[in-house]
Amino acid sequence: MNSLLSSEKRKALGFIAAVFLLVGATAASILFGLQNFDFVTVIQAYTSYIGSDEQLIIRTSRVPRALTAAVIGSSLAIAGVLLQAMTRNPLASPSILGVNAGAALAIVSMLYWYGAVFSFSQLMWFGFIGAGITAGLIFIIAMIGKGGMTPLKLILTGSALASFASSLNSLFMLISNATLEGALYWLTGSVSNSSMVHTLQMLPYFIAAWIIAWSMSRSLNVMSMGDDVATGLGQRTMWTKVLTIVVVVVLAGGSVALAGPISFVGIMIPHISRWLIGNDHRWLLPYSAVLGGAFLLLADLLSRFLLVAKEVPVGVTTAILGVPFVVLLVRRKALGQY
Amino acid sequence: MVSIKWKRENSSDHHGRTLVSLTIVSLIALLVVTTLLSVGLGSLYIPILDVLKAIIGVGEDKYELIVMQLRLPRVVAALLVGAAMAISGTILQALIRNPLASPDLMGTTSGATAAVVAAITIMNGEISVGWLPLAALLGGCLASTLTYVLAWKNGSSPLRMAMIGVVVSSAMGALTIYFTLAGPLHMVSQALGWMAGTVYGTSWNHVLYLTPWVVGCAAIAFFQSRNLNVLELGDSIATGVGMKVERKRFLFIALSVILASSAVGIAGGISFVGLMAPHMARKLVGNNNRVILLVSAILGAFFVLLADLVGRTVFVPMDVPAGIFTALLGAPFFIYLLFKQVNRV
Repeated sequence: MNSLLSSEKRKALGFIAAVFLLVGATAASILFGLQNFDFVTVIQAYTSYIGSDEQLIIRTSRVPRALTAAVIGSSLAIAGVLLQAMTRNPLASPSILGVNAGAALAIVSMLYWYGAVFSFSQLMWFGFIGAGITAGLIFIIAMIGKGGMTPLKLILTGSALASFASSLNSLFMLISNATLEGALYWLTGSVSNSSMVHTLQMLPYFIAAWIIAWSMSRSLNVMSMGDDVATGLGQRTMWTKVLTIVVVVVLAGGSVALAGPISFVGIMIPHISRWLIGNDHRWLLPYSAVLGGAFLLLADLLSRFLLVAKEVPVGVTTAILGVPFVVLLVRRKALGQY
Repeated sequence: MVSIKWKRENSSDHHGRTLVSLTIVSLIALLVVTTLLSVGLGSLYIPILDVLKAIIGVGEDKYELIVMQLRLPRVVAALLVGAAMAISGTILQALIRNPLASPDLMGTTSGATAAVVAAITIMNGEISVGWLPLAALLGGCLASTLTYVLAWKNGSSPLRMAMIGVVVSSAMGALTIYFTLAGPLHMVSQALGWMAGTVYGTSWNHVLYLTPWVVGCAAIAFFQSRNLNVLELGDSIATGVGMKVERKRFLFIALSVILASSAVGIAGGISFVGLMAPHMARKLVGNNNRVILLVSAILGAFFVLLADLVGRTVFVPMDVPAGIFTALLGAPFFIYLLFKQVNRV
C-alpha cells in the first residue's frame, strides 16, 4: 500500500507533528468555549487557587473535559484499528458493529432495574460486560452460514443489533421516567459533564489496553494478512483474536461508561492514519491514538459553537463529520467484494 | 434466478388460488377482530359488543366517549400507519429487487423524522399537524434520493445501497438530535417521544390528514401492480415488453416515499414494519405483487396495531411507543433475512 510518509524518519517526524496537534487541540479545548481564558489564568488555577469563578470552571469543567475527550478519542481509534485488522474489514469499528450500543444498553438496563445506586467503577464493569456480550454475539452470528464472516454480514448484523439495543434503551428510559438529559446522553455520547475522578479511575485500564495493543502490533501485522498466512507463519491465531477482542471490549466499554456511545471516531481515524503511514501496526497504533484524541478534542470544541448558547453532544458532531467520509469509503473500498 | 421465479409464480397461480383467497379472508377477519378487541382493551375494559354498539352510535354514553374520541382514532391511525409502511416496503423490495430494501434501510424514515423534528422545534411547536406530513415528505424524499444517488456507481447494487442506507440513516439520526436541541427545552420531550414512533394522542384530525395520502397511494399502487410485476423481472425484460421503464420506476419510488413519509409525519419512526410485512406476505401468498400488496398491508396494519396495544396496556401507566416493539421484533428478523440473502449470493 502506498502511503504518504514512506521512510522511518518521515514517519517519526510526522508523529511529532501529530503530537503537537494533540497538544494544541488540548490547549484550545481548555481555553475556548462560552468563556475564553488565557494561559496565565489556566496555570494560576492550579498554582495559586483562590476559588474564583474562572478557576472553578477551568478546574472542574474544562480540564476534565479535555482529558476525557483525548483519552476516549484515542481509545476508540485504537479499538477501530484492532477490529479492522482482525476482521480485515475496512468498515469495522466499535460503533458500526454495535459494541457501543451494547455497552450503553448494559448500563442503562442496570440503572433501570436498580436505580442510581451504583458507583462509577460498577458502571464501568457493566460497560465492559455489555460490550463483551455484544461483541461475542456479533461474531457468533456473523460466523454462521455460508462464506464465514464476510464484511457485509458483520456490518449489517452490527447495525441490526445496534438498532435493537438502542430501541431497548429508549424503552427503559421511557418507562423509568429518566431525565431527558440522561436519555440524550445514552443515545449520543457527550463529554460535557465529565468528571476528573471518573476519568482517572478509568485511565489505568485504558493505559493497560493501549500497551497490550501496541505490544501486539507485530501479530496484528501478520493477522491482517489473513488466517492462512498467519497460521502458516506459526501464529496462534485464536489466542491473538481473543486477546484483541478483550482489548477492544475494555476500550469500547470503558469509553461508553465515561461518555456514552460516540460514533465514527473508530472508523475515520484508522483510515486517515493508514493513508498517512501505511499498514504497519507499529506505527498505525500510535498515530491513530494521537490523531483520535486530537480529533475528538476538536469535534468537542466545534460542538460548543454549533448552536448559540447551547451545546450539542459531541456524538452528533462526530456523526456529521464522519458520514461523508464513510460514504466515500463504501464507494471506494468496501465494495471490492460486492 | 429470473426463470426460477417465473416457474414458481405460474405454479402458484394454478393451484393456489382458492388457498390465497382463503388466506386473505381469514387475515381480514383476524384484523377486524383484533381491531375491535384493541378498542375494547385499556384502563377501562369495554366488551366487544359494547364497542360495536358505540361505533354504530347506539352504545352507552360513557363508552361512546372513550371509544369514539380516544381509542378508535388511535387504532385507526395505527392501522393506516402500518399499512402505509408495509406497502411502501413491498414496492421498494419489488422495485430494487432487493429483499433487504425497506423505508428504514433507504433512510426514508430517518430523513422524514429529522425533517419533522426540525419543523416542530423551529416553529416552536406552533405548527399544524397538517403540515407535518409535508415536512416528513420533504425529508423522506431528500434522504432516500441521497441514498440512491450515493449508492449509484455503474448501476445500483442492492448491498451497496443497504450499506449507504445505514450510513445516511445515522447521519439523519445525528441531525435529528441536533434539531431537538436547537429548539426550546419544553419541545425536547415531545420530539423525543415522537422519534421513537408512537400513535399516542392521535385524534380524528390526524387520521383525516393521513387518510387521503395512504388511501390514494395505496389505490394507485394496487392498480399499477401489474407493472410492478413486470419491473421485478428486470429492466431489459420490462423494456422488451414495451414498458416505459424509467417513468414507471419513478412513479413507484414516489409512491413508496410518499407512503412512508406520511406515516412518519403522523406516528414518527415506526421501524422494520416495511421490512417484515412484505416478506411474510410473500411467504404466505406467492409472487404476484397485487396479492402481496394487499396481504402485506393487512399484516403491517396488524403489527402496528398489536405493538401499540402492548405499548399502552402492558406498561400501565406508561405509554410506550409502538416503534420500540416493532424494532425489537424487526431487528432479529432482519438478521435472519440477511443470512438467507448472503447464503444465496
